[in-house]
Amino acid sequence: MSRKIVVGFDGSDASLRALDFAITRAQAQGDSILIAHVLEWSPYSFLTPSEVEERHRRRTEELQRAETAILTPVLKRVEEAGIPVSTSIRYGHIAETLCRIARDEGAAMIFIGRMGDSGFASRIFGSVAATLAQVAPVPVVIVP
Amino acid sequence: MTAFPKASIAAALMALSGAPAGAQGIDETVNQIFADSTGWFVNLIFSNFPGTSFPWIVGWLVVAATIFTIYFGVIQFRAFGHAIALVRGDYSNPDDAGEVSHFQALTTALSGTVGLGNIAGVAVAVGIGGPGATFWMILAGLLGMASKFTECTLGVKYRNEYADGTVSGGPMYYMTKGFAARGLPGGKVLAVLFAVFCILGSFGGGNMFQSNQAHAQIINVVGDYPGWITGLVMAIIVFLVIVGGLKSIASVTEKVVPFMAALYVITALIIIAMNYDMIGTAFRQIFVGAFTNDGVVGGAIGALIQGFRRAAFSNEAGIGSAAIAHSAVRTKEPVTEGFVSLLEPFIDTVVICTMTALVIIITGQLVVDPATGLFLQNEAGNQIQTVTGNSGVALTSDAFSSAFGWFRYILVLAVVLFAFSTMISWSYYGLKAWTFLFGEGQTKELIFKIIFCLFVVIGASANLGPIIDFSDAAIFAMAIPNIIALYLLMPIVKAETRSYLDRLKTGEIRKFA
Repeated sequence: MSRKIVVGFDGSDASLRALDFAITRAQAQGDSILIAHVLEWSPYSFLTPSEVEERHRRRTEELQRAETAILTPVLKRVEEAGIPVSTSIRYGHIAETLCRIARDEGAAMIFIGRMGDSGFASRIFGSVAATLAQVAPVPVVIVP
Repeated sequence: MTAFPKASIAAALMALSGAPAGAQGIDETVNQIFADSTGWFVNLIFSNFPGTSFPWIVGWLVVAATIFTIYFGVIQFRAFGHAIALVRGDYSNPDDAGEVSHFQALTTALSGTVGLGNIAGVAVAVGIGGPGATFWMILAGLLGMASKFTECTLGVKYRNEYADGTVSGGPMYYMTKGFAARGLPGGKVLAVLFAVFCILGSFGGGNMFQSNQAHAQIINVVGDYPGWITGLVMAIIVFLVIVGGLKSIASVTEKVVPFMAALYVITALIIIAMNYDMIGTAFRQIFVGAFTNDGVVGGAIGALIQGFRRAAFSNEAGIGSAAIAHSAVRTKEPVTEGFVSLLEPFIDTVVICTMTALVIIITGQLVVDPATGLFLQNEAGNQIQTVTGNSGVALTSDAFSSAFGWFRYILVLAVVLFAFSTMISWSYYGLKAWTFLFGEGQTKELIFKIIFCLFVVIGASANLGPIIDFSDAAIFAMAIPNIIALYLLMPIVKAETRSYLDRLKTGEIRKFA
């Protein structure tokens, strides 16, 4: 039966590699792909009054930009490969949001690229790949 | 006899800002012109009830807060838990992520109110009214939660949402649209009156008082120099942020201020814990002083006036400013933002102001006559004698540094940052009132912003006496039209609240997992 693969996609080279890998798997097994783009956002950050006022407009602009600049170009690529494809743009903590999308959509797997940051920075800030590996509700494929 | 303590605050704080040097020509000229031109306004707002020494405007705020508390059935306690759940995001739809959250609206509004009122204002209240002032301050804070709830619910309900997605809200809008909805006359007049006072308030308490106290705190540490220099530097930074759109400074401030506030409260708690044997005595002084004459200026009534007045100045409940800040939140239910906003006077007054007061009392800054057990007054007879002879923000500084010497430097940083974030908030409130009166437009907004920056300089240059009087008067004046509107529109808030709480009970409004 056909399963759904969630691909975490942010337009980076690493995420392109993850998408390409997901395409080959999907073709081989007849799966569908959900391209998910998460905009980093915390509801507990601090804003100035004018940022608060403009937030709704900014959000609309950000969503539009993500749609046209990041998702639309790759959507074609997946369609041409003959794979059923859908997209999702969400705000939130990246790893948590990818898990939620996978759960809500009943996906079978999550594919993500690896930024390849090693050492100090990822020790301090953590990495999406490591967090997902720890908390994801479904198997995670991390593409180098 | 006691004259109304306004004069005594002026005198008390004059001492704090240091004797003005004769060479500071610019400062003196500014001061004189300022005092001459604003005196009549101050006298009008702070006149007493006939035959008493109780200023009518303080009564106006406290009576309103009490009426709202009764009318909404102590909503501040009934909805407290739900308010916290809302701030935590339990009821926020995940699909709305990326919009302004309740938490963000609350912290943005708080950064406008947490400031010098909590540090300098409380020291003034306790310095004049004694420990008993703390009791009345807390009571005013608790009652004020109901006023905030009322004004912020209305602020969201009657805000303007524009086609480009931006939002404008506040008392001006609920006065015009809310009055029209209920078929009441006079909404426009009240709205214009409010907007005028709001602009004055944004120049006064939201601006001059801040730069003035920031300067006072800086010279307290680095030594005396003319105020206009501090004023000019601060004005340039404010100008860069509000005119130049230099977001980085503003966002750094917004991020640092909450940590400063947390550091302040934690330090206060540590000092209180270190003097744990004094806690009982401190609370006894607070309760006894609230109801009996413990030797302070004006006795128990003096304590009450000081407590109420500084609480109102600090948490701005009933003033209407918070309704402007809260109205941009993304919510389908206006009353949810009302619930969230009632946490504001709680955090500002019941928690932070009380910390300042407790530290001053517990570290024994106020001098007691060993013979009578009453507080001693200073030579001028306008406030309680303190160990160091200081008052205002310097008194708070003494109290904290009696435990941790280094804290006076942290406090300078805190005062300057708080002052700055309050200015940014009030420049926004003032601008909203300005555009309501004159319409939106680049040039019109620029004119306001330049005037705003000029007042930063004036504030740092003038003496504290006339500044604090004008600041208080301008901010309190906003409460006159605002509370009239709240009385007339409160049935709308009641209907909203009832409908929401019913749906919460039946489970129609549920937590998102």
